[in-house]
Parts: sequence; C-alpha cells; structure tokens
Amino acid sequence: MELAIFILTSLVAIVAALLVILQRNPIASVMYLVTTFVAQAILFIQLRAAFIAILQVIVYAGAIMVLFLFVIMLLNLRREDFGKDIKLKYKPLAVAFAMVLLIETLVAINASMIPALPGADLSATFGSVQGVGKELFTTYLYPFELTSVLLIVAILGSVVMAKKKL
Amino acid sequence: MVPLEYYLVVAGIIFTIGMIGVIVARNIIIIFMAIELMLNAANLAMIAFSRNLGSMGGHVMVFMIMTVAAAEAAVGLSIIIALFRNRDSANIDEVNLMKW
Repeated sequence: MELAIFILTSLVAIVAALLVILQRNPIASVMYLVTTFVAQAILFIQLRAAFIAILQVIVYAGAIMVLFLFVIMLLNLRREDFGKDIKLKYKPLAVAFAMVLLIETLVAINASMIPALPGADLSATFGSVQGVGKELFTTYLYPFELTSVLLIVAILGSVVMAKKKL
Repeated sequence: MVPLEYYLVVAGIIFTIGMIGVIVARNIIIIFMAIELMLNAANLAMIAFSRNLGSMGGHVMVFMIMTVAAAEAAVGLSIIIALFRNRDSANIDEVNLMKW
C-alpha cells in the first residue's frame, strides 16, 4: 500500500515537472508546478516530515507560486511573447547533459556507501512542529538567526530592483 | 517502508528535468520555475536521508532552503520586472547587451 502510494505520487510529480518545462503559457506552467509541489508534500508525509509537508503547501505552493502568478499577470505578456518555447539549437546539448546527469545520479545511488537503516527508530516527535522547533531553537539557533539578515537583504533588494527610478 | 534509493531516484529525475528546463526554455519565467524544481528535488533527497538516518538535521536544512527560495523568488521576480520594463519582452534571447 505504501509503495503503491509512493509510485502514484512520484509519477504525478515527475509528469507534472515535465509539463512545467513543456508548456508555452507560463500560467499553465505555474499550475503544474503547484501540482508537483503538492505531490512532493505527500511524499514528505510518507517520510514522516509532517511539519515540512505543511510548510511546503503553505509557503511554496501558496506564497511563492502566488508571487509568480502576480508577476506573470503584471507583465501583461502578449501571445507572441510565448513564442516557440524550446530553443532547438540547445536541445541536443540539453538531452546529452541530462542523460549524463541522470546516469551519474543512478550510478551514485547504486554504489552509495550509505548504510541502509530501514526504519531507524524514530522518536515520537520526529518531524512534528515540536521536534523541528526544538532543533531550530537549540542546535541550529545561529543559522536560524542569520536567516533574518537574508530576508532583510531580499526585501531591500527587491524594492530597489522594482523601483522605477533609483 | 519504501527504500531510500527510490526517493533518491525520484529526486534525481526531477532535478534532471529542472536542468533541461534551464537549458532549453526561452521564457525567463519558465527558467525561474525550473530552478525552483531543482531546489525542490534537493529538498526531497534531504528529507529522505533524514528519515533513513533518524536525524532531524535534514528538516532544518529544508527549512533554510525554503527561506532561500523565497528570497530568491522575490529578488529574481523583481529583476524580471525591471528587465521587462527595459526590454518589453520575457524572451532571454533578446537580453544580449553584455554579450559581444
């Protein structure tokens, strides 16, 4: 049962990911990207990462994708801007690179040195809000505080960039 | 339980699709979305390892990656707006000022 859900969900994720880059209309692309993200959230739940799965839906599929949609609608693209979306010149290069990368990944996974620990005993709070929060505010407190600097820089940067006249 | 390798294969395939998108797409917004796909494939691998090693470090890492992705989306999209205002097109082939 678990395997069946995994196969179905990952198929949805992969097909939607393919459709993201094959669409001409960026709005359709965004919708397929949301589909991929939700499918990945289901995979996260299977991996007992409940908090991250909810964050994935709220932050990624919700906030970031809405930002994308806003910008696409703001740009007011005309139909001819969609154009032929594939650069034919680079297609062989892309396929070659992709094959190399994929084969490399599969070989690396096949020969991976990671000891398989199926069902490593997990604590009761594994992946819950409580568990992630505790890690975030104890072991990883310093990187967590640094994130605030990153966000301030991002806010300033986007305001400066989008301004009409500096 | 689904073995770790299966999740890694799925993550690898999604990452590869994202890379093809970056090379092949012409619309700058679609290139941006392909980058998000690659970030997400990395997240999936992270969570799978976290589950298999029974350690929560990967979850915190994914949390950080999401923050970086949000910051990157905000800055990148404002660059796209500035670009569109100057070039009146979302086609990256027309952005060739720095190319000789």
